Amino acid sequence: MKDFEIQDIEVDLLVEALYRRHGYDFRNYARASLKRRVADLAPAFGCATVSELIPRVLHDPELGRQIVPKLSVPVTDMFRDPPVFLSLRRRVLPLLASYPRLNIWQAGCASGEEVYSLAILLREEGLSERAHIYATDINDVALARAEEGVFPLRLLKDFSTNYLKAGGQHSLSHYYHAQYDHARLDPSLRENITFARHNLASDGVFCEAHLILCRNVLIYFDHVLQNRALRLFHDSLVRQGFMCLGNRESLQFSEVVEDFAVTDHEHRIFRKRLLGEPTP
Amino acid sequence: MTGGPWDAVVMGCSAGGLEVLRAILPRLPTGFPLPVVVVAHTSADTGNLLAELLDHCCALPVAVAEDKAPMNGGAIHVAPPGYHLLIERDLTFALSLDAKVCNVRPAIDVLFVSAAEAFSGRLIGVLLTGANEDGRAGLASIKALGGLTIAQDPDTAVAETMPRSAIDAGVVDHVLAPSAIAGFLLANANSR
Repeated sequence: MKDFEIQDIEVDLLVEALYRRHGYDFRNYARASLKRRVADLAPAFGCATVSELIPRVLHDPELGRQIVPKLSVPVTDMFRDPPVFLSLRRRVLPLLASYPRLNIWQAGCASGEEVYSLAILLREEGLSERAHIYATDINDVALARAEEGVFPLRLLKDFSTNYLKAGGQHSLSHYYHAQYDHARLDPSLRENITFARHNLASDGVFCEAHLILCRNVLIYFDHVLQNRALRLFHDSLVRQGFMCLGNRESLQFSEVVEDFAVTDHEHRIFRKRLLGEPTP
Repeated sequence: MTGGPWDAVVMGCSAGGLEVLRAILPRLPTGFPLPVVVVAHTSADTGNLLAELLDHCCALPVAVAEDKAPMNGGAIHVAPPGYHLLIERDLTFALSLDAKVCNVRPAIDVLFVSAAEAFSGRLIGVLLTGANEDGRAGLASIKALGGLTIAQDPDTAVAETMPRSAIDAGVVDHVLAPSAIAGFLLANANSR
């Protein structure tokens, strides 16, 4: 047996241990990138091999919480891919403005940069009074950071540039206070955000959403889990609700490709089809 | 040494890469049987530009690799700027925004290692011009699993660090000038 095949067994065993011991389910994550992250875990916990880490996963009640942040990928920026936010501002929010109440679900919010971007967008488009954002993630550590709304000041320069490219109406500094080397976002942005733990691998529908953002999460899932998540989004959306995926994510290889119409192909914005609506 | 048969070609380049790709890829004719997968270090905001430039001058169709898409023989697949590109065991593409490797994303090592495993060594790895050491570990994985490894002759490279570092590590089977690489690939692809 080749070394990489032995490593594959180690990944299987670790994933099984994490699931059965701690309830974290990475069994249907895309294997190639998961394998790289699992390989990085062993040295991070002082182990020579992934096999050595497995007994600790089984016997240390705290280890699950420490491992999960390293296996999920919490990289995001405020207004990441600014043209996407511009498109949401120009093409989606004006249509959502007709609803008296709005639910927006950001699935996989990580440390929250995008949630606050969305909150700013809603405020500038005059929708924040009637909109509620549900920001969910499986990673408790990232969720806690997201709820805090404090980001390293050095990142704000890029965030500000993104904000302006996304059609921002002020300067981003309008929405934060610099404190030493950190930027604290205006706490009032948080008033209509609920942060909650939700697992796309095991949890179900919890709200009726008008817009779902799930960007650069599905690339970490295999076909099975990706289809589960997309079904869940479909079931959560109101009639003709919108869904925004990552710039390189598509429905082309999923089971729901017929269930959504394309609103903006370049920025991966889709709209739930009406029952019986003809496919183009 | 030529083993084979080979099921895919993976290729990586950095500084000076566009010109070398333009010297190699247009010479692969329609009907070239293997999928060709390319990682080039480009900045994250260049969109589909590289794929479009190559598509204009290649006989084979060139497109940015899509997440979950199957690899096609006789097509050139390019990593999307800003994302790592990996190959799954079922020979579909996967993307990730995991941390940079060798300070770059997409990283050649990430593609090469995942491809070496997915094809269990039945592939050809080609490392071209570049100014860092990305690709060396990937080429080592390909060679360790029985794949065929090629480096661009450093004397012909705009930046020689990348091919040189793989050659010095002893993981390169053939050192070739760009003008010879397409012919070499053709000869080996058709030996199936």
